[in-house]
Amino acid sequence: MISADTRPRIASKARLRYDRKTGRTMLLYPEKGLVLNPTAAEIAKLCTGEHSVAAIVTQLASQYGKDAAAIESEVMKFLSSLAERGLLQEAN
Amino acid sequence: MSDELRPYTLVAELTYRCPLRCPYCSNPIEWAKRKNELDTETWLRVFREAEDLGVVGLNLTGGEPILRRDLEELIAGARKLDLYTNLITSGIPLTRERLEKFRAAGLDNVQVSVQDIDAKGSDRIAGLRSFETKLEVCGWVKDLGMPLTLNVVLHRDNLEHVAEIVALAERLSADRLELANTQYLGWALVNRRALLPTRDQLEASRKIAAAARKRLLGKMEVLFVTPDYYTDYPKSCMDGWGRRFIVVSPDGLMLPCHAAHTLPGLKFDNVRERSLAAIWSGSSGFNAFRGEAWMPEPCRSCDKRGVDFGGCRCQAYHLTGNAAGTDPTCVLAPSHALVETARGEALAGEAPALRYRSVRIAAAR
Repeated sequence: MISADTRPRIASKARLRYDRKTGRTMLLYPEKGLVLNPTAAEIAKLCTGEHSVAAIVTQLASQYGKDAAAIESEVMKFLSSLAERGLLQEAN
Repeated sequence: MSDELRPYTLVAELTYRCPLRCPYCSNPIEWAKRKNELDTETWLRVFREAEDLGVVGLNLTGGEPILRRDLEELIAGARKLDLYTNLITSGIPLTRERLEKFRAAGLDNVQVSVQDIDAKGSDRIAGLRSFETKLEVCGWVKDLGMPLTLNVVLHRDNLEHVAEIVALAERLSADRLELANTQYLGWALVNRRALLPTRDQLEASRKIAAAARKRLLGKMEVLFVTPDYYTDYPKSCMDGWGRRFIVVSPDGLMLPCHAAHTLPGLKFDNVRERSLAAIWSGSSGFNAFRGEAWMPEPCRSCDKRGVDFGGCRCQAYHLTGNAAGTDPTCVLAPSHALVETARGEALAGEAPALRYRSVRIAAAR
């Protein structure tokens, strides 16, 4: 389960790619891809296994000048959707 | 060009040559012998033009793509365009050194197929002693730090091995397991009676796969692709004709799917003669089944028409002789009895012997 201490890492089979057609960031993996909204793209870029969920929330809250609770719910929602698709790797 | 018609994936069939002879091969049966493969320069141009049209993912497939001596160069070209590149291979014939070159060139994912859980079963289907080598190749992929997809095509003789297949994939530390039921086109249609499972077999294995998917979330992605013959409604084949995919055949035909050139009366263009952009927007073959105007009833007024885009045109043609008909796997299709009959045959027991992919059989047809 994802908690504030989890250090999420995008699965090694997936990678981010800038899409010059739409200006969006895409998360590509075998046979599929997701088009990310700007916040999701920022979250995904921080899913390197180094940052905890709490640290990601803090960073994005200051970056967007938004309430941490609102950011946290957005982060958790996005990370769960990645996990459901098997796109998050468990920390070793 | 609207986003409604944007290709995201290029399927590059680099060659129809293959050392394996799997009796469910999706390559067209008459075409195994065709020569005249595109050269390196042309493929690199195809990649560039595809990326320009919006393609972000590339499947290098065949036949057996590693038979191409220029594969390293093609991978490097794809990487330069930042395409997500997936190599779809049997792993035969490969060396660790060459795989290392693929990695250095920027390959994103390696998909290796095995045909069953042991050498006896797997080699029987492949028509070649290959299972042990394939496992070795899987080991190299992981040793070199690359993501591994293990692909197993399912049919009545291996569906009951799904639990063991999952265990094998775990042992190999696969990142992704693709349990893909046979789709009954190409060689698989020739061998349908020998391959089509019963509904009970399918349901039992589906449950095992679903449990594995849940258990392994975060470690290994488990995919289970159901055969159209048991889904009641057709799949959105290729996400709709000419909507999301470009397939280029070994000799340069640009197609909406890998079997579209088996449909009579359609004209497809060669990438040697026209640009991908011109073909994508202007080819009569690409436009033949886009949108809804071509649809017959009951598709035309069906509320699922925007979901499945009318299903599979090749299935319609190869089962009924009419490429513009309703996909017979749909319960609403007037021709659905053809699929019910096939399912009935699967229950009838003793299956005929497999007919292996070969040039000789293809020539005799």
